Amino acid sequence: MTNKTILNDAHRALGAKMVDFGGWDMPLNYGSQIEEHHAVRRDAGMFDVSHMTVVDLHGTRTRDFLRHLFANSVDKLKTRGKALYSCMLNERGGVIDDLIVYFLSEDFFRVVVNAATHDKDLAWIEKQARAFEVQVAERADLAMIAVQGPNARAKVQSLLSPATREAAAKVGKFAAVEGDGLFIARTGYTGEDGYEIIVAEKDAVALWSKLKDADVAPAGLGARDTLRLEAGMNLYGQDMDETITPWEAGLAWTVSLEPGRDFIGRAAIEKQKADGVSRTLVGLVMDEKGVLRHGQRVATPQGDGEILSGTFSPTLGKAIAFARVPAGANAGVEVDIRGKLVPVRLVKYPFVRDGKACEGI
Amino acid sequence: MNEIPGDLKFMKSHEWARVEDNGNVTIGISDHAQGLLGDLVYVELPSVGDEVKAGTACAVVESVKAASDVYAPVSGEVLAVNSALGDKPETINEDAYGEGWIFVVKPSNLAEESEELLDPDAYAESIEDDEH
Repeated sequence: MTNKTILNDAHRALGAKMVDFGGWDMPLNYGSQIEEHHAVRRDAGMFDVSHMTVVDLHGTRTRDFLRHLFANSVDKLKTRGKALYSCMLNERGGVIDDLIVYFLSEDFFRVVVNAATHDKDLAWIEKQARAFEVQVAERADLAMIAVQGPNARAKVQSLLSPATREAAAKVGKFAAVEGDGLFIARTGYTGEDGYEIIVAEKDAVALWSKLKDADVAPAGLGARDTLRLEAGMNLYGQDMDETITPWEAGLAWTVSLEPGRDFIGRAAIEKQKADGVSRTLVGLVMDEKGVLRHGQRVATPQGDGEILSGTFSPTLGKAIAFARVPAGANAGVEVDIRGKLVPVRLVKYPFVRDGKACEGI
Repeated sequence: MNEIPGDLKFMKSHEWARVEDNGNVTIGISDHAQGLLGDLVYVELPSVGDEVKAGTACAVVESVKAASDVYAPVSGEVLAVNSALGDKPETINEDAYGEGWIFVVKPSNLAEESEELLDPDAYAESIEDDEH
């Protein structure tokens, strides 16, 4: 069965080309994916991300529970509204999902997980929550709209009441405020400033229309993918999964190995780190014409790897990719495109931040 | 959808062929095909002088979404390629039947091979079948 977000009719009315994404009927684009990409980099665009799963966790031991559940440390969350990006690992250290967690009060944290992993995530969270007597409540009554781009915050703020506007204008990066019935988080998946707004389903269509009237460009999953890859952000299922540890997915920065916290998967990834990690995730740029794509073979002097996420970068005008390659590979790297070996450069990502190519790209 | 010019012949795989007054054949992909692919970002052209065989892949068009082979509708020698597509592959999105042409061949077996191609009405019908 295909799921539809509350905005499905709105997408169709805008002439969206719809695709199946993780069991959801979602807009791929509304005409030109590249124009939508540029709208986000240069002005403001909006994405329906209501297919993502919002889970509210309640209980006096919620923080303790999340110390155990996540590879990143929720002890970094000291201020109400603050957010943290983390992986949730299995006992073998493989990534069950990546997510954002918001600290709302000592007995209330909110987690947003991916759509395609909905069932296994909820089953895992519920199973682990029992020992901590934490209540797990999926919020299917909520929709979510991401508004992203250099003018995104101003355009959203223009629609808010004075009090909420002030709060939203003041909120720092990677934190959220509430007001006007909205949960307004300064987070995103594009490398631009902006908000991800969680809204009651019944109010979502009206919010979408108001944003449209404020000249925020509707953008589909196609642009979302090129934007997040330019921004150097991983996509679950493509860049990592349950067979891949954070060390192998370029996510070491999200793992907190402070002493005394026994999170699920810790023993396995500590052992892997001690033994030596044989594969690593790298950024690639191809200066020649063509497009890097998922599944292409990457030849290095240290052995073969493969492209995980690859695309044409509309901002750079050339192909970029994430690849998993043998540790130590750094020069003499080529990608097999239809039988032809094409040289690529290993680069430090992100590729693009705040509308501009990063240094060395 | 755009009007399909009446002087074109099509393959089911969405290539078009136009027999020019001098007998050479200009080849491209249909407006329907560019719509399916979305924004084109790269075109791999054949080389002038290549011998192409009807029904075999001889160029590649890549959109942000996917790479797709372009099959030769007719056999023959490649006389010209649209090198402007190197810098502006989106020309195919904008004008698939005109400025977005991909290559020209001097056909070697046109009479027989053109029998295999679809006229605009038959092609329009085959698109409709795909969509059901």
